Amino acid sequence: MELTRKILSLLEKNATYTPKDLSELLGEEEACVAEEIARLKESGVILGTKTLINWDKIAPELTVAIIELKVTPQKGEGFDKIAKEIYSFPEVRSVTLMSGGYDLAVTVVGNSMKDVAMFVGEKLSTLDTVVSTATHFVLKNYKVDGVFYTEEPEDERVITL
Amino acid sequence: MERNSTFNPLSFVNRQVRDIPPSGIRRFFDIAAAMEDVISLGVGEPDFITPWHIRSEAVKSLEKGRTYYTANAGLMELRTEIARYMKETIHVSYNPKNEIVVTVGASEALDAALRALIEPGDEVLIPEPSFVCYKPCTILAGGIPVPIETTAENGFKLTPELLRAAITEKTKLLVLPYPNNPTGGIMTEEDLSQIVPIIKEANIMVISDEIYSELTYTGKHVSIATFKDMKDRTVVINGFSKAFAMTGWRLGFACAHPDVLAAMLKIHQYGIMSAPTFSQYAAIEALKNGRADIERMKEEYNIRRKFLVDALNEMGMTCFNPYGAFYVFPSIKQFGMTSEEFCQKLLEEQRLAVVPGTAFGDSGEGYVRISYAYSKESIAKALKRLEAFSKDHL
Repeated sequence: MELTRKILSLLEKNATYTPKDLSELLGEEEACVAEEIARLKESGVILGTKTLINWDKIAPELTVAIIELKVTPQKGEGFDKIAKEIYSFPEVRSVTLMSGGYDLAVTVVGNSMKDVAMFVGEKLSTLDTVVSTATHFVLKNYKVDGVFYTEEPEDERVITL
Repeated sequence: MERNSTFNPLSFVNRQVRDIPPSGIRRFFDIAAAMEDVISLGVGEPDFITPWHIRSEAVKSLEKGRTYYTANAGLMELRTEIARYMKETIHVSYNPKNEIVVTVGASEALDAALRALIEPGDEVLIPEPSFVCYKPCTILAGGIPVPIETTAENGFKLTPELLRAAITEKTKLLVLPYPNNPTGGIMTEEDLSQIVPIIKEANIMVISDEIYSELTYTGKHVSIATFKDMKDRTVVINGFSKAFAMTGWRLGFACAHPDVLAAMLKIHQYGIMSAPTFSQYAAIEALKNGRADIERMKEEYNIRRKFLVDALNEMGMTCFNPYGAFYVFPSIKQFGMTSEEFCQKLLEEQRLAVVPGTAFGDSGEGYVRISYAYSKESIAKALKRLEAFSKDHL
């Protein structure tokens, strides 16, 4: 279990680590690490590997919005059914059930503000169980998934002595 | 140069200072600084920014208007935290009232310790290769530096044989620079246990420079002060620069017997007064809540260390496996060049800057220091240049 956690926390920080890298870092056999990773993939603990991209630099027109949804939970289904309906849209990047003032936090990506607004107006708010929506457009990312999206300062270190 | 009627400023400069050669690192990097597109693996400080919670405490202290001097020896709260830290890390108890002084970097602690202990003509043993300050500071304090040449074969350790051979009647002090800059060598408990009896028998004192104590990769750092009867014989020097990525804050400390500490405190209070106040408030936060930061940075250094050592070995550059600090010290003997020539050519041909081993003493000949206080990407880029150089010359 200890090894599993260590492998996961290293891969979470840097998905490019090979089993060989990990075996060196953790002082374990490479085969053993590779086997554990395979097991974690099979059991759905490791779901996938993606690249973090700062799209603002390359496609500033891309628009991301966080939408607060209030919905009516359904008998026997709770929020799961409505959540599935929503996450099935390819425009939807994430759906999270929340406690507090609203029920579902939905992240939507579109090619423009209008795009996103139309999606919310036509696809989300028209769903039977949706009571209300509040759309918040993302203006700037500072830090996402632990990674700074702001410019790193130049290396200002000088050689002393 | 003699003084005569024409005013000559240089003739006023103290002869001893004049005679100290400029630092090998400096000289070399003045050349590098004038060139373009140079990749450097030369610096000797962390590439991490001081953790935010530590910076924030300094800001808060300024907002609260804490802009006055502190006690000469440093804030009592900080000294108390240092005492706790020393107890927890090296298992030695120091009284914050009279056995700890907060200094402007470990460098000042080193200078104050040397000046407090050395009488004219005293010999100071300095294992080399090692940090560039020991020799000049010894000379400026009126002492005679006696280098002890350690070797890669012995893991750049101070062996009992080397130590015994260097001790004379004039020996007063041993500087113990481990974990070592530039070699990455360490002294284990076993290694230390072999030199302790020699130190006691010769009745000398030790200045243990433990600035890299938090950066050891094969076990916890062991201080010589933990050995029986060695606490009073040892001035332990440490600081915040390397462990907490706080180089620019200029904050270090020394722990010593009250009599020695009182002497150091005199030098400190007349020369420096007290360490910067906001840095001291930040340091309290570092010691109270910064241990996790150390682990995080150490993990990252360790990844780079393994990456770099493997790459160098694959390239055919024999590399002593470094156990501490953030440097590797590979041999370049197969190139048939001196360290200076190697570094000069590497800089001119591949625009890659590393430090010639000779900057750290004559025994550094045949080696270069490569720092891994750089991102893995920078290191990978630099290695490509080194590989190209190696192909051209081997």
